[in-house]
Amino acid sequence: MATTTSTHDFWGTVGARIGLIRNTYRVVPGLYAVGSPGPESSVLVTANYKLSFDALRQQLSAVDAWILVLDTRGINVWCAAGKGTFSTEEVIQSVNRYRVSEVVNHRDLVLPQLAATGVTAREVKGACGFQVFFGPIRAADLPAYLQQNKHGDEAMREVTFTLPERAVLIPVELFLLAKPLLVTLALVFVLSGIGPSLFSLNAALHRGLILLEATLLGIMGGAVLMPLLLPWLPCRQFWLKGVLSGLAAAVVSWFLLDTGRSLPEQLALFLWVMTVSSYLAMNFTGSTPFTSPSGVEYEMRRGIPMQIAATCLTIVLWVGSPFF
Amino acid sequence: MHGYRYIEGTATLQVDRQRCVGCGLCTEVCPHRIFALSADGLEVRDLDLCMECGACARNCPVQALTVSPGVGCAAALLTAWTNRLLRRKVVGGCC
Repeated sequence: MATTTSTHDFWGTVGARIGLIRNTYRVVPGLYAVGSPGPESSVLVTANYKLSFDALRQQLSAVDAWILVLDTRGINVWCAAGKGTFSTEEVIQSVNRYRVSEVVNHRDLVLPQLAATGVTAREVKGACGFQVFFGPIRAADLPAYLQQNKHGDEAMREVTFTLPERAVLIPVELFLLAKPLLVTLALVFVLSGIGPSLFSLNAALHRGLILLEATLLGIMGGAVLMPLLLPWLPCRQFWLKGVLSGLAAAVVSWFLLDTGRSLPEQLALFLWVMTVSSYLAMNFTGSTPFTSPSGVEYEMRRGIPMQIAATCLTIVLWVGSPFF
Repeated sequence: MHGYRYIEGTATLQVDRQRCVGCGLCTEVCPHRIFALSADGLEVRDLDLCMECGACARNCPVQALTVSPGVGCAAALLTAWTNRLLRRKVVGGCC
């Protein structure tokens, strides 16, 4: 198996990162060889999401090892561990199915540390005799970890969420918005057309376009600006961080979309940009490696009522303004 | 940056120091390095760093750790709430 990736892999990565083939980008589960492994070589266990598999193999150019690819339904290590497909049972079954015990004469498995959410090490040992070692979080640290005789230092074991790590998540966030955006678009045009003459197609198109632009600015605030600025935005709650990043986008909307709008309309646009941003920022909790479910529930119980109230106020101001 | 802290006091992680046998597996698996094991026993250094992934509790051999585990994802919770509201059976999750 190659430890370098090809042009084909590159475009595959792009496709997965923007969300096009994210749910079907898989590797066939099984036991693979990198370099020329023997009976003493390490067995590294991973998920069958192609990006996980590529991340691993690219780090192994100087290593002889076996790679045991589990069937995690094409889901990455951490999500699969959380969802129960990278599980104790799956490890045991794969070890038996691919007869790992006939290929190596030791009884050690190296799992990514983030798999510990789904795998109970002592149960694997009890069921198939293999001792689970939780290796480093990032595949890049694997060669060093193996050289240190399966000892991981602190830096290898701490999850990070750096600017590049956050930036790479933005395209898929935007891609996932395509469908809800279409629904919003329909509503935006209907609401914008309502006026003293019941419904005006001209107003629907003209005012609808402005509301659409405000929506896009809200998306910029909540799904682009907020992930990038995450550690520097004050407040711990994401919906509030989104209000702040949305404020920046809303100020832009105030000047950019100011073409003879009335005050209620201006206020509606301002409010709408911040609401969209706040909602999307709240949704970004699912993409981070540090938000707890209890915390997310806590902030949603506070954020969602505010977002609903702001949306209602936006609609009242926007629909009402032709009558004022 | 050393760790992102999330909302204060919401994490459900609890440690039963009487039960802990000091094996240190929790200190190994925690992706936010919140545990410290010393002669005095197991210490939680910073609860607000806990993301309730459940890795520590799952691998603790003596159930000294309890946490209500899950994924901290607003979209997943929103789907679950909607499903409960509409009395639908829940399938799938977030990522």
